[in-house]
Amino acid sequence: MCLSVPAKIAKILPNDMAIVSIDGISLEISIALVDELEVGDCVLVHVGYALAKIDPVEAERTLELLQELGSAGERRS
Amino acid sequence: MKFADEFRNKAIAQGIARAIGGEVSSQRAYRFMEFCGGHTHAISRYGLEDLLPANVRMIHGPGCPVCVLPASRIDMAIRLVDRPEVTLCVYGDLMRAPGSQGQSLLRAKALGADIRMVYSTLDAIRLAEQAPSREVVFFAIGFETTTPPTAVMIRIAEKKRLKGLSVFCNHVLTPSAMHSILENPKIRDTGGVPIDGFIGPAHVSTIIGTQPYEPLAEQFGKPIVIAGFEPLDVLQAILMLVRQVNEDRNEVENQYSRVVTREGNRRAKDEVSQIFELRAQFEWRGLGLVPNSGLKLKPAYAQFDAETRFAIHDLRVADNPACECCAILRGAKRAVDCKLFGTVCTPETPIGSCMVSSEGACAAYWTYGRVRDEPLRRTS
Repeated sequence: MCLSVPAKIAKILPNDMAIVSIDGISLEISIALVDELEVGDCVLVHVGYALAKIDPVEAERTLELLQELGSAGERRS
Repeated sequence: MKFADEFRNKAIAQGIARAIGGEVSSQRAYRFMEFCGGHTHAISRYGLEDLLPANVRMIHGPGCPVCVLPASRIDMAIRLVDRPEVTLCVYGDLMRAPGSQGQSLLRAKALGADIRMVYSTLDAIRLAEQAPSREVVFFAIGFETTTPPTAVMIRIAEKKRLKGLSVFCNHVLTPSAMHSILENPKIRDTGGVPIDGFIGPAHVSTIIGTQPYEPLAEQFGKPIVIAGFEPLDVLQAILMLVRQVNEDRNEVENQYSRVVTREGNRRAKDEVSQIFELRAQFEWRGLGLVPNSGLKLKPAYAQFDAETRFAIHDLRVADNPACECCAILRGAKRAVDCKLFGTVCTPETPIGSCMVSSEGACAAYWTYGRVRDEPLRRTS
């Protein structure tokens, strides 16, 4: 029920709506719940609504940390 | 998929698992409850439990809104849809949720009730626009993640003057349930299990932020790590919890910083607070009546409240006594401990709601876990 999918904003439409692309598939969603979205932003889509913008800098930071943790575990073994 | 596939890397997962193995103390047990069904699903689907040391145990919590919805609310919806003028809109995973005496919305639909599966509250608006003579009722269910879309629907209905659209509200609140699990003496003393920390909800926290968990961590001395739903997210969260336990810290930490902030989504919270208010109590399957854990529409929006509009009265319905959903939901038993599991209760013929939703503990175990345990069960 609470699962969401990451999607990229392809087009902003009137009335707080937008077209997003999910792995090449287009979907019309509501962006009434998220401020200041632009084409190219990534959002989490849940039951037809964008819930939050995904922060690419934080995503990159988490991935780097994960890689570091993974390699630390590797060295330990 | 961008922002999903990168968090499923097998080699990194194995490395983090080894890091967890290297940091746990063999002298103690680590019992972590993942509150969300989404985490339960990820743990089962990616076999994460197999990567963990034997003294790190994951306990499946009550964080699946279909699983915690009591049979009485299904029965109330079925009574509602007995009215010939009503069209009921529901999210798909609710269709097979068990009511009492073998009833479900799917069965009611087969018997002729006008029940429509919808993907979004936007679909309910379209239906109400297309059929102005019908009473279109949206069966609203879900945690804080799913509540803002219901609020937006009501606001649009008000703006468009859709007089035939209303909401049967079953939205529930996560921190109240976590509080209940930790505080309820009945759960603590009769079949609950000790919990050393929580993996906190991912998408609920996109809305409410990490702040609402801070009093829980402090009051009960339990570390909480908010984590995303991908396998690397979950493994990193487990490592962060292990470190907190080892260092005797009880903090709220945010693994899911690419989406979750401390404040959450202010706009979504505003939408919710304009439309909804707290119920004094709400019944949860497995937890009973939990104070301040459910939402209802504010009196100003009574015209959109199906319970007021159709004078639906509260029902109390006993669960099937053989079903162990309640104990499973509070971490006291595992799916295999239930004698109905895999016999009469399967995803095709669910008895308890843990088997209905794909995020439920029993359904996750049925789909991904039981094959893994087969050799063990055979030799036992």
